[in-house]
Amino acid sequence: MLSLIVFLPIIAGLIILAVPSSQKQIIRIVSLLAALAQGVLSVLIWRDYNPSLPGITAGPGGSPLGSFQFVERVPWINLDLAGFGPLNIEYFVGVDGISVTMVILTALVSAIGILSSWPIQKQVKGYFILYNLLASAMMGCFVALDFFLFYVFWEVMLLPMYFLIGIWGGPNREYAAIKFFLYTLFGSVFMLLVMIALYFSVTDPVTGNHTFSLVAMATQSNFIKDSILGPDNVMWRYVSFIVLFIGFAIKVPMFPFHTWLPDAHVEAPTPISVILAGVLLKLGTYGMIRINFPIFPEVFQAGMYVIGIFGAINIIYGAMCALAQQDLKKMVAYSSISHMGYVLLGLSAGNSEGMVGALYQMFNHGTITAMLFLLVGVIYDRAHTRQIDKFGGLASHMPHYAAFVTVAWFASLGLPGLSGFISEALVFVGAFSSVTTRYIAMVSVLGIVFGAAYLLWSLQRMFLGQRKPDAAYDLVAGEDGHEHIHFHDWKGKIDLDARELVMLVPLLVITIVLGVYPMPILGMLTSSINKLVEVLSPVVLSQL
Amino acid sequence: MFELPSGAEIQGIIASLKVSVGFFIPEIYLSLLFMLLIVVDLVAKGRKNTMLAISTLVGLAGSFFFIYQQHSLQMGEIFFGMYVLDEFALFFKYFSVLSGMLAVIVTMADEQFEREVKSMGEYYALIVSMVIGMIMMASSSDLMMIFLSMELVSFTAYILTGYFKRDQRSSEAALKYLVYGAVSSGLMVYGFSLIYGLTAETNLIKIGVALAADGNAHSLLLMMASLLVIAGFGYKIGAVPFHFWTPDVYEGAPTPITAYLSVASKAAGFALLMRFFYIAIPHGTSTISSQTGNDWITLLLILSVASMIYGNVVALWQKNVKRMLAYSSIAHAGYLLLGIIVMGKFGTQATLFYLLSYFLMNFGAFYVVILIANKTGSENLDDYRGLGKKMPLAGAALTVFLVSLVGLPPTLGFIGKLMIFSALIAKGSIYIWLAFIGIMTSVISLYYYMLIPLNMYLREPRQMDEKDMNPGLFAQVLMAVLMFMTIYFGLYFAPLSDFAKYSSAMFGISLN
Repeated sequence: MLSLIVFLPIIAGLIILAVPSSQKQIIRIVSLLAALAQGVLSVLIWRDYNPSLPGITAGPGGSPLGSFQFVERVPWINLDLAGFGPLNIEYFVGVDGISVTMVILTALVSAIGILSSWPIQKQVKGYFILYNLLASAMMGCFVALDFFLFYVFWEVMLLPMYFLIGIWGGPNREYAAIKFFLYTLFGSVFMLLVMIALYFSVTDPVTGNHTFSLVAMATQSNFIKDSILGPDNVMWRYVSFIVLFIGFAIKVPMFPFHTWLPDAHVEAPTPISVILAGVLLKLGTYGMIRINFPIFPEVFQAGMYVIGIFGAINIIYGAMCALAQQDLKKMVAYSSISHMGYVLLGLSAGNSEGMVGALYQMFNHGTITAMLFLLVGVIYDRAHTRQIDKFGGLASHMPHYAAFVTVAWFASLGLPGLSGFISEALVFVGAFSSVTTRYIAMVSVLGIVFGAAYLLWSLQRMFLGQRKPDAAYDLVAGEDGHEHIHFHDWKGKIDLDARELVMLVPLLVITIVLGVYPMPILGMLTSSINKLVEVLSPVVLSQL
Repeated sequence: MFELPSGAEIQGIIASLKVSVGFFIPEIYLSLLFMLLIVVDLVAKGRKNTMLAISTLVGLAGSFFFIYQQHSLQMGEIFFGMYVLDEFALFFKYFSVLSGMLAVIVTMADEQFEREVKSMGEYYALIVSMVIGMIMMASSSDLMMIFLSMELVSFTAYILTGYFKRDQRSSEAALKYLVYGAVSSGLMVYGFSLIYGLTAETNLIKIGVALAADGNAHSLLLMMASLLVIAGFGYKIGAVPFHFWTPDVYEGAPTPITAYLSVASKAAGFALLMRFFYIAIPHGTSTISSQTGNDWITLLLILSVASMIYGNVVALWQKNVKRMLAYSSIAHAGYLLLGIIVMGKFGTQATLFYLLSYFLMNFGAFYVVILIANKTGSENLDDYRGLGKKMPLAGAALTVFLVSLVGLPPTLGFIGKLMIFSALIAKGSIYIWLAFIGIMTSVISLYYYMLIPLNMYLREPRQMDEKDMNPGLFAQVLMAVLMFMTIYFGLYFAPLSDFAKYSSAMFGISLN
């Protein structure tokens, strides 16, 4: 099941390879079908998922079965290293509460991204092949339980993303694409070294061999005593934690590694922005939760407040930058940085409330930001500009659009009744109840104020009031005596058209439903998070 | 005083030679092939060049049979310790023959030859003679043989580099190559003479024994000798600071020869380097500290770091693709040296594996560069604009090879780097800083390698000419096969790794 959901897009990509490039509609439909099939599978996974199994570490007897679900585990590469012994790499996938929510999010956002890619006319075949490759790699990252497999998926994401930004992006795309590539590669190559070092330090309790299994690595007793990352080798364990953390922090992106994100977002086409903000950023925090924290819990304990401080910086700095932006898309990009800060803050609390909040925030940020970028794309398609002050008074001419923007903006700033509120509230509850992060949380609350400021201000400038003299559209007196809006060279419907509604409505519904009744997602998270908190807790650590 | 040997001794020598010849069949076969090609060149009429190429290919392929037979032979010394047959040498026999074959295939694809030269007679014969030379380099276990085989390779390489007689760049490259080669050979021979002076032996194993017995008595002299010898070997592998010939030669030489030199002769240089230093120059094996204090490891370490940094950084500014790949080959020499520095079985396995991956991706990259040059007549980065649309398969294949050269999954180059870095980390924490440098420089390399896909895909061509850009069916198939192999072995590398492990056994030393 998991293999199918991972490789469906690649299969679609191979089919597209055989389709002549003039058959654009077939290419789009094949991609969409694969994405929909992924969606169906993710619903099945959601239905069959047993929320009582914890995941994170191996179950009884050292086997991942009984702890992880939908596990598929086959030997992939077995070879003999001269003078060292066997090297075992497994194709090992499975989900627990942390990853299953991300799998659902990925399937959702991928499908919406395909719909959003419909109007792309330039090199359609190449676009969808790369898009499908990217979709597979993202999904693979979330289900991989073997570090080697995870790393392969992680790196495979880079190249399609480079081309998707670089070929289909805006005017400054070359710079944005290579910047993205260099930043993320810089982070991930160090991950490679840590991965190798971990391999030499960990044995599988069942077979006794060295292993790449993330499940085995999450149990401290599987570390070899005098190995390079063994429990006594404090210095290298700290170094490894830090370089791994930086690798993931670049993806999040955490201040001061965030500068690639606004560039990438501004240049990327709308669907790629949606994917980038909706799924890719989550890989950073997911990597921390899956790899960084359980493997080096004592370093996490020692560095909790540092992570919290960086989270607070992200929240406030991101929000202040967003406040200063003239470009609507750049504003949303900086708001992403701000919102990912909540995830970091929640994680740094180290307790169940904070961590559940962080995970829930990851899911909600995925849906809300996807919606924000889609809405930015809608207005950009029509007006060919994203400058906030080129608009004004849109609400009376584009009522549906204005309604969606309002709900999305409010969800983003955390209005009660919408999903963003619950996750942010949980994050703050967690951060306040932990002694280490209490003061950090107090400062971070400022971020909410700034968040409300930039969102409301942009809303006001764009949608309320009158058309500005230098606006990106004209007002034409219609036959009925009312004034109608007219965008230059836009022939489609002025307000949201059917395709846009199909993309936006599900996201909106999810945002509202999860704001009122969060249990469908929270229920899946709880037992895994409790297990994670237990693994990370100082009491367990001191018993080692 | 020199005494004439007695009759019985002569009988013994002849008997031993007869036995040794049985271990020398692939080399003899290839020498016959070399002569046969000259004869074919003289007698053949009509489509002579194609005929020569095909007979070279078939002939080289035939040598696999004889090499394969050698697996069943007893591994050991022949010709009085001048030459050895072991798994390590067998690896390079396959490697050399295969790269010779690829050089022939690539040459057949290169249209520049049709414009520049009429007769290809000596060309193919020289490729075969270079194969022989490289095989002998990998199998020599005596200072004399090392020198002879190295010169055999070098002289053939000089001629091949200057094969475009009317092309000034080609002639200039050949001359530069010759001058640098002569100097470094001289230095190396001087190093050999110092070693001979210390030990009165020319056989590597005996030198090793004598030097080990010597202890640290002449460590300064030995250091000098190591340095001089490294100058000779470093020139062959193109490592900093003995790299000065590479950019000019790689740019000026016919592209197939560039590919051939950058892969095969570099690999042969590595074979020699490993055999010479592992066996002849003593090294502490008991503790880690005695290893880091060891002279030649430190020397190679400096070479390696300098090559990785210099090669990758200077490549950033290159505007000519061949020149860029030349600098990248310097950097890759640095990565390969990392595996030798580790100096164990695992390190050797990693080095051999990396050579295999480098073989595939570098030949692939040069092949596509040739196909593109056939159509555009240029190797300048600017002329790659918009090629991704005009030559879709070539563009995709080149991208895969370049990604593999960077070392990103799911390609073979990634596994190569993984092996090398694993070998470093398995050694404990003393070499981790080296792995750090290796990894940092490969991030730098991403930038210049990606300049090529950047021009191919992200930029529009200056003028759209509706020229036919189809490189032909055979080229398409070969590119697709090479690309597929790069990815396939990147996902399933067990066979290559097992082969590299089998080949890491060297006669005369047991690595741990």
